[in-house]
Amino acid sequence: MAGNSQEYISHHLTNLTYGKLPAGYVRENEDGTTTELTEATWTFAHGGAEASAMGFNAVHVDSLGWSFGLGALIMFLFWRMAKKATTGVPSGFLNFVEMIVEFIDNTVKESFHGRSALVAPLALTIFTWVFMMNFMDLIPVDVLPTLAMAVGIDYMKVVPSTDVNVTLGMAIFVFALMIFYSIKIKGIGGFVAELTLQPFSAKNPVVQAIFIPVNFFLEIVALIAKPISLGLRLFGNMYAGEMIFILIALMFSAGIALGLMAGVLQWAWAVFHILVITLQAFIFMMLTIVYLSMAHEDH
Amino acid sequence: MNLNLTLIGQIITFGVFVWFCMKFVWPHLLTAMQEREKKIADGLDAANRAARDLELAQKEAADQLREAKEKAAEIIEQANKRANQIVDEAKDNARSEGERIVAAAQAEVEQEANRAKEALRKQVSELAVAGAAKILGKSVDASAHDELLDTLAKEL
Repeated sequence: MAGNSQEYISHHLTNLTYGKLPAGYVRENEDGTTTELTEATWTFAHGGAEASAMGFNAVHVDSLGWSFGLGALIMFLFWRMAKKATTGVPSGFLNFVEMIVEFIDNTVKESFHGRSALVAPLALTIFTWVFMMNFMDLIPVDVLPTLAMAVGIDYMKVVPSTDVNVTLGMAIFVFALMIFYSIKIKGIGGFVAELTLQPFSAKNPVVQAIFIPVNFFLEIVALIAKPISLGLRLFGNMYAGEMIFILIALMFSAGIALGLMAGVLQWAWAVFHILVITLQAFIFMMLTIVYLSMAHEDH
Repeated sequence: MNLNLTLIGQIITFGVFVWFCMKFVWPHLLTAMQEREKKIADGLDAANRAARDLELAQKEAADQLREAKEKAAEIIEQANKRANQIVDEAKDNARSEGERIVAAAQAEVEQEANRAKEALRKQVSELAVAGAAKILGKSVDASAHDELLDTLAKEL
């Protein structure tokens, strides 16, 4: 059982990876024999070991596929509603979409004091997309991987936001926007000044010169910490949630009594998780707005 | 847990979605919502204005009604007064006419009585003269005793 559960868990935590195996890598075949690759090959990884051997030259097909698919779905829905939106009486799903748009518009107006055509749509994209990606967590953990197995796909991790690549990717995009707007609004000089002339400053130029490296170190740490915390917060929350779902799912195979308890736990955790996924989507959006607002502030 | 090309892929995907949202989704929705908001605000304004107009019109109508009632009451009062006046006038006329008729009749009666008295007086004086003539045995010269006779007639 122990070995099985370990396998079960690690199977659930392995991405469907397509990448480049280096030349000379020894692959294990299913029948136990091994094949040595004579040259670097692009292929699907059979298991976590091969996936780590691929290094950076690999793509998590499932994460990227689900995240793109969900994003495209939500964008399509919103786009259709945007075309349907008129000054007349809104109805049905359009009401719901407008409710979200209004909520985000208000949030952005409250927290972001500059003028920007980007921030509000960015916030909308983040909120809806992250919510959709997190929402995949509420689908029982075995359903989609089992279906994938049935059509011959060995690994399927369906919650894109439990993939650190996905969350950090989004955080890095936000970081790039922060840098872009900092330089655009304050100029390179202003941005550098912001990084070097605070929090410590002095009238005496010599003392100021001593302060500059200290300031720069502090500010650069603070700056880098923003995207990393942004990405890792979402990743950590979703990963932990997913992990608990997997552990609960393990109990289903351990007899009727534990199975029933697992059912109750699964339900309770899912209900709680509805709060978590919404909250995490909101936090990601809110922090993005705040960071961009800080980038727009001219001292 | 490996960092790999997925990161780059996600950045690109994110960028594309944000661009799409910024270009095709957000402006349309927001414009429609803002326009609708304005429309609703205008509609509410118009409704308020109409309600105020209605109130004013009702007040005006009530005023006019009250005025009309007052005027009608006034007219009726005047008419009543006039009617009373006419009746009074008629009464006065009748009374004075009656008085006049009574006075005329009385005057006539008096005249008649005076005339009768005169005639009587004349006859008495004639009788007196005749009586006196008989007593004296000769005729009395009427013209010679005119003065005496008149005094006598007056004393009667």
